[in-house]
Amino acid sequence: MGRIGFMDANAAIAEAAVVAGLGFYAGYPITPSSEVPERLAKIMPERGVPFMMMEDEIASINACVGAAASGVKAMTCTSGPGLSLKQEAFGMACMFEVPLVVVDVMRGGPSTGLPTRPAQGDIMQAKWGTHGDHPVIAVAPCNAQEAVFETIRAFNLAEKFRQPVYILTDGSLSHLHTKIYIPDPEEVEIIDRAQPTVEPDEYYPYDYNYEIPPLAKWWTEDGKSYRYHLSSLVHDKTGFPTVVPKYVQWLETRMMNKIMNHIDEIEKFEYYKMDDAQTCIIAFGSTAESARVAIDEARKEGIKAGMFRPITLWPSPEKQIKEIAKNVKNIIVAEMNLGQYILEVQRIVGDTAEVYGINQMTGTLIRPSQILDKIKDPSKKVELIMTDDEIKRFGGGE
Amino acid sequence: MAVDYTKYLRMEKMPLYWCPGCGDGIVLKCYLEAIDELGWSKDDCAMVSGIGCAARVTGYVDFHTLHTIHGRAIAVATGIKMAHPDKHVFVFGGDGDIVHIGGNHLLHACRRNVDITVVLINNWIYGMTGGQHSCTTPPGAKATTAPRGSFEPTIDVCKMAIGAGAGYVARGFAGDPVRLRKLIKEGLEYKGFSLIDVFSPCPINFGRRNKLGDPAKLLEHMKSFLVSSAKAKKMSEEELKGKFITGVLHKDEEKPELTQSYQELVKKAQASDEYWAKYATGRLTDEDRYKISREELKGLYPYDVETPLKEWKKL
Repeated sequence: MGRIGFMDANAAIAEAAVVAGLGFYAGYPITPSSEVPERLAKIMPERGVPFMMMEDEIASINACVGAAASGVKAMTCTSGPGLSLKQEAFGMACMFEVPLVVVDVMRGGPSTGLPTRPAQGDIMQAKWGTHGDHPVIAVAPCNAQEAVFETIRAFNLAEKFRQPVYILTDGSLSHLHTKIYIPDPEEVEIIDRAQPTVEPDEYYPYDYNYEIPPLAKWWTEDGKSYRYHLSSLVHDKTGFPTVVPKYVQWLETRMMNKIMNHIDEIEKFEYYKMDDAQTCIIAFGSTAESARVAIDEARKEGIKAGMFRPITLWPSPEKQIKEIAKNVKNIIVAEMNLGQYILEVQRIVGDTAEVYGINQMTGTLIRPSQILDKIKDPSKKVELIMTDDEIKRFGGGE
Repeated sequence: MAVDYTKYLRMEKMPLYWCPGCGDGIVLKCYLEAIDELGWSKDDCAMVSGIGCAARVTGYVDFHTLHTIHGRAIAVATGIKMAHPDKHVFVFGGDGDIVHIGGNHLLHACRRNVDITVVLINNWIYGMTGGQHSCTTPPGAKATTAPRGSFEPTIDVCKMAIGAGAGYVARGFAGDPVRLRKLIKEGLEYKGFSLIDVFSPCPINFGRRNKLGDPAKLLEHMKSFLVSSAKAKKMSEEELKGKFITGVLHKDEEKPELTQSYQELVKKAQASDEYWAKYATGRLTDEDRYKISREELKGLYPYDVETPLKEWKKL
């Protein structure tokens, strides 16, 4: 039996992280993500686990990588510009293969952009932000309740696949207060990183015999101590640097395969009224809620529209999108940016269906009416809708 | 007293990576001697390094080791220490790594007084990347990025650390290993943030370019910048200009250590909030919780809670 609370998605993510077994948080405040550390600063000392506000975003994620490597579940939270600063250490977490959760509450960009307004502009930054080749797992909940479950799932994915995981929300979703159900740890499945069965002197952190080698905690409860070396350089099975082409290729491909071979376990998505749909809206995050309303309106008018909502954005649900493309006439990708996820959809779909985009980057949500207009006539350009009241409220000159 | 170094080293990683005449080996030896004197178990020690020649130490010592990205070793170590306050956490690195790019993290670790020991190999140059000038390169000294001599003023990292509030600050010299060992040992023992700034020669990338390539000559040159703390007391400010004082420069026994302070905060938080204290220890009874049945839940939220819970097994 869990608890009910009235909170926004940021606080919900904080609560859920603690349910998932959060053992270390380090972060740096940035709008619109600050409610996460604010809530954690209250509840983490009560549970006896360390909460830290570091000097910058770089220090935050590095401290998290240190804590995660030593054996605890770690999380950091940020927004657009902060995520850019964290990229190098995110790459290190990928290279170390340590579990880590990074929450990114997206805001308008580039640069400091629109600090208090929502956007979905970090889709490609999440995928390609670091240098080199490595897989990325990113989940994008569409409401605060789902954010709770997705946060717990993100921790589980991180622990299971030895992989940092992004939770992508946006400024409007994260600040909408709703009634939230926070489950008890007993109610949900909590995965902890696999531990080695061999003795410490036979243990290798990147053992060639495993697809996902177990990551030993440095200090175990039964007094055994696994001493090993982790390097952010390309390494062999022992964790020490190597430049032997065979081992370099082995590491890089295994890192990719450990995710791509388990894509069915990682993928999560929602079909909404897709059974007989002729037009499919692909939307994620808070945009999906607008799409839901638009589809209901369209159905009232007899237009067969439906929605495919990827909850796991990366790796992208290729199989499902390909299948949809075969069955529908049009695909409309709605996102609060100038065209990021549409690239991925176009790549997957190819010539099998027409792909149109609703790409609005106004710092405001995409409205159901805009999506409805597009459903009715996909080739029509989406009009920016501003009411007189909004113009007055947002200010700004001609 | 002979120390069995092989106990602390990963012998299969020998020979050492460092150039002939480099001071890193001397500092590592002093460091291992200090650990041996303290009698600490290898299992309780964790070491973090960033990038650079000195940062290679984590590959050689048989502790829990992390070889991380450039400049961030102190931040990584802070995370480990906070998560495991009963373990010993160390950082090893060079001046480019710890002072130049990682200066911000150094300042804040000093301020927090988190119980980690930083051994800083200060060789006035970026050794591994090929001899570029750093924030410690003396003005006028040549480097690959300063072919006509460095025009930037240097930083006195010890003064900076004291100013930022570090608990223990000392400066040693690779040419004086007996005293260096004592300084490192005292730093390791200190409960709080300790910084040991070690002047150490880089004959290949600093010495060669500055016509000081002979390691002994370079040590003498470095020594000319150093003044012992006892001698410095008798010297005027004018005489001390451009000099660096060696020995224990600052030791604050009063300053609270960060993990201890956090433990006090935890006690306070758990005492003040009985509900969460019970939650933390798992002694929560059903009466303590909000009593809401599944039926009641259904009307409360537009999206149902049951389905995601059921689908949970899908992960």
